[in-house]
Amino acid sequence: MNGIYLMELIKSQKLGFAVSILIVVLSGCATKPPNMYSWGSYEPQVYAHFKSTASPEQQIAALEKNLPSSSNNISLPPGYHAHLGMLYGEVGRMDDMKKEFETEKTLFPESTPFMDFMLRKLNTKGAL
Amino acid sequence: MLNYLRSFVFVSLVAILSTGCATQKPYDYSAFRAAHPASILIMPPKNNSLDVTASYAMLAQMTYPLAEAGYYVVPVALMDMAFKENGVSSGAEAQAIAPAKLREIFGADAALYTEITEYGVSYKIISSETAVAANSRLVDLRTGAILWSGKARASSAENQGGNNGGLAGLLIKAIADQVVNNLVDHTYTYAGITSQRLLTAGANGQLLYGPRSPYYGQLTPAMH
Repeated sequence: MNGIYLMELIKSQKLGFAVSILIVVLSGCATKPPNMYSWGSYEPQVYAHFKSTASPEQQIAALEKNLPSSSNNISLPPGYHAHLGMLYGEVGRMDDMKKEFETEKTLFPESTPFMDFMLRKLNTKGAL
Repeated sequence: MLNYLRSFVFVSLVAILSTGCATQKPYDYSAFRAAHPASILIMPPKNNSLDVTASYAMLAQMTYPLAEAGYYVVPVALMDMAFKENGVSSGAEAQAIAPAKLREIFGADAALYTEITEYGVSYKIISSETAVAANSRLVDLRTGAILWSGKARASSAENQGGNNGGLAGLLIKAIADQVVNNLVDHTYTYAGITSQRLLTAGANGQLLYGPRSPYYGQLTPAMH
């Protein structure tokens, strides 16, 4: 591939990107691929939960901001719905909690054993 | 013209970054490949540092690289709650529980056992250094076999020295996180970088991609 041909190619941004990928591939070195999930404030909210630096209501509000809607097309990461469900449970919104746990199961069938474990506990204890 | 320039800068950057890669002995992935785990339980870490928040900072930030690598990750706050409700309050206690019992409750294929060896600020004569270091091993909960192990460290001293392989990109994310979330906890930031260095898939010696990743079955994100 000669230099002029390469420059023609990268005049189009899409092709430029393809060329970049090709160079990465040829050099055998990895760059960071695009994210699979929209993380919103999940990590800092989990940290806030552990350290109790925000109320459950504040944590719920922060996580609800990043929920999927008809106007966006985002995928939330594993644990996001379950974590939000747990926070709903902390403030007594048990139906909302169950709904989030079920959503976690639908999106990630791998979560079924643990989500069912938590739901069974809820049924026997009446709380998490 | 602007598009052309932008593309050219990007291509040049990629080319420059790529040349910095060293060749390594291939990591032995035979046990990992045979086990093909789909879900990972992040265990409460053993914390050998003096800072009690170290485990929380790591737990909060270990899901990201594992989920982006294509695994289902058991929700860490619920995991922590389940252990505490059963009287298990330390990482050391949790890590002593039999794999079969963990699989029964959490349903995960594998568990990640982590030890935090360094966390916080050390004050030196001329400057202070914020550093976080940890090591992990991935264990198959169905067989007890060790599938992978690795270690990583991130330090504020890297910014001043010549060795900053990958730090720039990680810092961009970390700084964005801080701005968005108004965090002013520097060690938390370095815990995030350590976690990403430790658990990001896509290179020899790192974790393999999981079934949810578009790169599942490949060692690197290269397209075939």
